Amino acid sequence: MPLTRNTHGAAETVPDPDMPMQAVTDLGIARQLVDAVPDPEMPILTLADLGIVRDIEIEADSRVVVTITPTYSGCPAIATMRADITRSLHQRGYRDVRVDTALSPPWSTDWISAEGRRKLRDNGYSLPGPAPRRAAGPVPLTLTARPRALTCPHCGSRETRLVSEFGATLCKAHYRCAVCLEPFDHVKEI
Amino acid sequence: MIDHDTAYSGLLDGDSHGQWAFGTSFDDPLAGVDTTVPDDVDTAALARYCLMLGDDALIAAQRLAEWNTRAPELEEEVALMNVGLDLLGQARLLLARAAAADETVVPHISDTSPIPAEDALAFFRSPDAFRCVRLVEVGNGDFARTIVRLLAFSTWRLAVFDRLRTSRDPVLAAVAAKGIKELTYHRDYAARWAVTLGCGTPESHRRMVDALGVVWPLVGELFVPAAEELTLAEAGVGVDPRTARDEFDRVLMRVLHAADLRAPDDAPPGSVTATTTGSSATTATGSSATSSSPATSSSPATSAGSATSSNAAAGSSPATGSGSGRQGQHTEALAPLLADMQCIARADPEARW
Repeated sequence: MPLTRNTHGAAETVPDPDMPMQAVTDLGIARQLVDAVPDPEMPILTLADLGIVRDIEIEADSRVVVTITPTYSGCPAIATMRADITRSLHQRGYRDVRVDTALSPPWSTDWISAEGRRKLRDNGYSLPGPAPRRAAGPVPLTLTARPRALTCPHCGSRETRLVSEFGATLCKAHYRCAVCLEPFDHVKEI
Repeated sequence: MIDHDTAYSGLLDGDSHGQWAFGTSFDDPLAGVDTTVPDDVDTAALARYCLMLGDDALIAAQRLAEWNTRAPELEEEVALMNVGLDLLGQARLLLARAAAADETVVPHISDTSPIPAEDALAFFRSPDAFRCVRLVEVGNGDFARTIVRLLAFSTWRLAVFDRLRTSRDPVLAAVAAKGIKELTYHRDYAARWAVTLGCGTPESHRRMVDALGVVWPLVGELFVPAAEELTLAEAGVGVDPRTARDEFDRVLMRVLHAADLRAPDDAPPGSVTATTTGSSATTATGSSATSSSPATSSSPATSAGSATSSNAAAGSSPATGSGSGRQGQHTEALAPLLADMQCIARADPEARW
């Protein structure tokens, strides 16, 4: 995780856990701090917007235990998220922080908050539709492009074309508008 | 405040000192996950089973990564890297789960080794210790071969993972439930390209036919259960791959039909069993100069099917009659792949930032 530098260019130090300091144990503030940590890939969103914070609790020994869930198995941002959560809590005096992972149930784009969806829309992303619901039986094969009725986030046209189901990050598909010709990202529904 | 504006400052991060220099250098992907094994489950078998599923994903991901900077179009390169990254994520979880179930599977490097278990498993095992199926070892060949291999692999893995969702091991069940969403996209991607290429030009069609000729002999092995798979299927923890075969056949039939292609020799998908296809004069038998282990040299010979080999048909068609990847008997393509993947970590095993 990058360091922040002050105006003199000197690195700020991480609070020393051994430094005498009254342990902060306010759960409400801890929750606000964790919720406000930006997503490293899409920093317009906070972790709360993204819906990946599962639980926060403060144990009897003042340790803050945060439980988060990865969006995709290979999401490379998860380590940075963990470090950012820890750093953010340390800076506000929470001395003992542990970040756990919860794998089940798997993350869904349905968990992106209303505020998160608003920020995505305002920043030129196409919003995910409802996550696909599994019917009984095998996972269906989709031989043609997924039928998504998308609107170009730049010009509002409904004539859009799928370039690829895989985009700049694991969670996005790549589209192009047929009218204004601009490319845009669609957050894939999972 | 948290600053992600400059990548270089990360190199100076005081938190990172003492980190192992190679591999993921990430945190434990199972941090905080309860890895307790149900009492009646054979932990050694569970660990080996996790290595099988993890190695399948790791080697498939490494092959896909070889397309980096070489794919036909930027969009396809991005797609192949995305697929590989998903699989790498699955591999990390599964290798970490293997180590948590039975730490004796992890190679011992030294008493002071800073190397996380998942990295020790990925970078410090010799080819004969890998448990992947041979399908994933096949050299990339052309784009058509990569697509056919991905179609077969993702169809099979999706069917297996769908049956693994109800595993009594909560970690495997969770890895599977998450992986299903990813594999669904991988299979759709490969299937659509199969149709596009199969119904494209005579040239693209011919390449798909050639690709099927290379990949198809490796499909039968996917449905031959290893002892651990049978033991764990019995215990409600693993999946007997034979139960995934009908679904695999149905999906492949549908895709190949839509693509105006057929399985070689008109055989139904998945029905190829212990037959050798090592008929090419260029596949010298028994020689295994690039292999670093006795076990791989005992496997039926193929030519070097590494990424640099352009020899399509003869490239990586092993006989499936003797042993299997699950037993550590691999094609000759695996050793060069691992040499490429492991050489930097092995050059200075305990290097730190």
